[in-house]
Amino acid sequence: MKFRANLVIGGALFATVVVAGALAPFLAHTDPVMDANLMNAEVAPGSEFWFGTDAQGRDIYSRVLYGARISLTVGIVSQLINTVIGVCLGLSAAYWGGWWDDFVSGLTNLMLAIPSLIFALAIMAILTPGLTSLLIALGLTNWSYTCRLSRASALSLKGQGYVQAAKVLGYGDIRIMLTQILPNILGPIIVIGTLGMGGAVLAEASLSFLGLGIRPPFPSWGSMLSDARDQITTAPWISIFPGLAIFMTVLGLNLLGDGLRDILDPQSRARTA
Amino acid sequence: MSGEALLKVENLRLDLVVGGRRFGAVKDVSFSIGRGETFGLVGESGCGKSITALALIGLLRAPLAFGGGRILFKGREIQNLPDSEMRKLRGNAISMIFQEPMTALNPLSPVGRQIAEMFVLHKGATWHEAERKAVEALANVRVPAPDRRVKDYPHQLSGGMRQRVMIAIALACRPDLLLADEPTTALDVTVQAEILELIRDLSAAQGTAVLMISHDLGLIANMCARVGVMYAGRLVEERAAQEVFRAPSHPYTGGLVASLPLLGARASHGRSRLKEITGVVPAVTAFPEGCRFNPRCQARTEICIAEDPEETALPRGGRVRCHHHA
Amino acid sequence: MLQFVFRRLLQAIPILLAVAGLIFLLFSVIPGNFASTQISDGRAVMDAEAVERMNRQFGLDQPLATRFATYVGKLATLDLGTSFRTRQPVWHLIGERLWPTMQLAFASMMFAILIGVPLGFLAALRPGGIVDTVSMVTAVSGLSLPKFWLGLMLMYLFALQLGWLPSFGYGDGALRNLILPSIALGVAPLALLARTTRAAVLEIMNADFVRTARAKGMSERRVVQWHLARNALVIVLTTVGLQFGSVIGQAVVIEKLFAWPGLGSLLVDSVSLRDIPVVQGCILVIVLFFLVINMLVDVLAAIIDPRIRYS
Repeated sequence: MKFRANLVIGGALFATVVVAGALAPFLAHTDPVMDANLMNAEVAPGSEFWFGTDAQGRDIYSRVLYGARISLTVGIVSQLINTVIGVCLGLSAAYWGGWWDDFVSGLTNLMLAIPSLIFALAIMAILTPGLTSLLIALGLTNWSYTCRLSRASALSLKGQGYVQAAKVLGYGDIRIMLTQILPNILGPIIVIGTLGMGGAVLAEASLSFLGLGIRPPFPSWGSMLSDARDQITTAPWISIFPGLAIFMTVLGLNLLGDGLRDILDPQSRARTA
Repeated sequence: MSGEALLKVENLRLDLVVGGRRFGAVKDVSFSIGRGETFGLVGESGCGKSITALALIGLLRAPLAFGGGRILFKGREIQNLPDSEMRKLRGNAISMIFQEPMTALNPLSPVGRQIAEMFVLHKGATWHEAERKAVEALANVRVPAPDRRVKDYPHQLSGGMRQRVMIAIALACRPDLLLADEPTTALDVTVQAEILELIRDLSAAQGTAVLMISHDLGLIANMCARVGVMYAGRLVEERAAQEVFRAPSHPYTGGLVASLPLLGARASHGRSRLKEITGVVPAVTAFPEGCRFNPRCQARTEICIAEDPEETALPRGGRVRCHHHA
Repeated sequence: MLQFVFRRLLQAIPILLAVAGLIFLLFSVIPGNFASTQISDGRAVMDAEAVERMNRQFGLDQPLATRFATYVGKLATLDLGTSFRTRQPVWHLIGERLWPTMQLAFASMMFAILIGVPLGFLAALRPGGIVDTVSMVTAVSGLSLPKFWLGLMLMYLFALQLGWLPSFGYGDGALRNLILPSIALGVAPLALLARTTRAAVLEIMNADFVRTARAKGMSERRVVQWHLARNALVIVLTTVGLQFGSVIGQAVVIEKLFAWPGLGSLLVDSVSLRDIPVVQGCILVIVLFFLVINMLVDVLAAIIDPRIRYS
């Protein structure tokens, strides 16, 4: 088997972030929210504060570790919601066809016409900022590609012998969709889900940066960056580390997605970049 | 064959390169084609016919590579020509028609322009002249209303029409040799005959020699004076077309002939079921030891497994590569 | 061709209407409204009577269906309503923000196209080579960078440390002010375009008609010029259109970071203040902009590719 650099590096990066988030209470030096100490404000990175401190004197290293929890939660949960919505709509549209298919296709086109960040922003406008709202906003706005993909793949499988055979055997529609079609289109869906997770992490950071996601003092990487802007001249490290953390996480997910695509969905490699 | 051959292929070897290992996809293939002659190459798919043709025109691409032997075109060795020299021959003195008329033309370019390119490339014509000549070329391949058709895009034409355009392109520069790789396989049966007739008439009129490649022995027998039969990368038999039909010498050729459906008198002689050759052509990476046909051969003996047969000249002309040839 | 443009226009109208309906619904189902949020947010304290008066003034006391009918009717006359906050027509507020956003979007797409497409092309010429490896690693990194962080870093380096460019602001549309935000915004589409171009070129390189072109005796350069480039362009164009949409979406963050007076920052401010008519207007205009760009891209693709024209 060929050495797959993107899979290995991506997996390693992502695993690092997962471990960092999971073990944050053990790895962190201080409490990410409570341990503000103005005596230690804007200390440069060193032996005591590895990544330095912010304007309130909080340890950035500890906050970055805890930030992984928020990013991963948002990334995984919202992408899971998207995938479930996309797969359900796409599969059923392909399988049942008719007006339902027209409706789903119309809805998908509609979703594609609104830039997803704008849509998430609009939903955040009517909800109170916070984790749950973020999950809803990001989970409802990014399923169109998954839906299109599962519809197209299911459509090509629908006419195949074994699906027809299952129909003849009297299997129910739902059962055929879940046991005969879904397993065979899972590969590309996992790929798009992994890439989408990276997108969700970025979107969470963007919304939090704009003050419409996770609100301070909770340590989301995005909101940390939003605070950091004012200190960029005096304490650039406040900006550097949370940004690197986002970059690492998303890079890991993107590499992982590319690597998975090579394995699970080789023929689409050429097309979807 | 009398006089100097137009094309002479000597001990051609073509390799499939997989992970640094070279497998002989085509091995020890020799044949020659005289000026204006129509030579047929026949065999099941995967036996090396198409890549032999690609090698002749210098279009082998990875993972295939030239492995050895000589290709003489008008007495000149061309297998190692630099690309800039080969390009002067390609399309000009040697041209090629491919199997898939659906995809072989650029979808974004009017067909007239795609024909005109030939005159610009090889004859130094201006685009204006070339476009005019393209109309003539289309008329030549019996396309109705050629002055209007030149402006059409490939997707507006039927498969047969597109193949006519391909022929117009291939014959535009009056080449000495035309390589026709399964030119009618992708077409409707009724269109096939018209296309073959077109190739035959035009090549005869221009004095163009044709290398006709097909898996269809009947088609080859109709078109060609001489036939080469390929199996698993080797030329197993090479003879006059009627001889091949009348008395096939190699068991594989025999099998091909026996699998042909026959019409008319011979059909009524009571052959109830078409014969088939059992098994399939092995993959290039898994060619058997000894004679490559031995796993499928009904006349197989020990020697066929132990030894690769040499080419033997047949008394009535032609060659065969078999330990037990008829 | 005209027929194609017309058909394409007709397709865009239902989408635009559906978007209008969707965002109207979205902001109608929420509990509470501008007036009451103002109270709960504590930004302005109003008594119940003031809330009543405001609701009446903005027609918020009417039933949903009536309000939607009024809304659509006003849309038809290009009336996007009145801002809750400034009491100015929304159209007016958006109008003065439109040009800076368009400048930013076009500049960043230009940056992305001019670098991304040639990069992907060079990468495809030698797959697995050094150029390919380096540019694809760069591309996947570019896709993974948080734009606002990249912007922040660019701002720190080129504006604050080196002092070459202004750190933020519109500067009356000076090119100097445009550079940093467009780069920050353009890196992701650049990366994606490089990848798409590479994939498209690789795919077409193996197409049958390219083999035909080679069999005609063309040099590789001619093959690229006469046959490959335009075919790849059609695929790349589609990506360009889609990326425009995402650029306009992402512009929200970059505009906020660089204090760029565009639609995006207006949208974010209005969302924070729950100035719903302005939010609705901004989204509608952004979607319209996106649809128009995609339509232009489709028309362009149809000019190049006759199959699109006739399908």
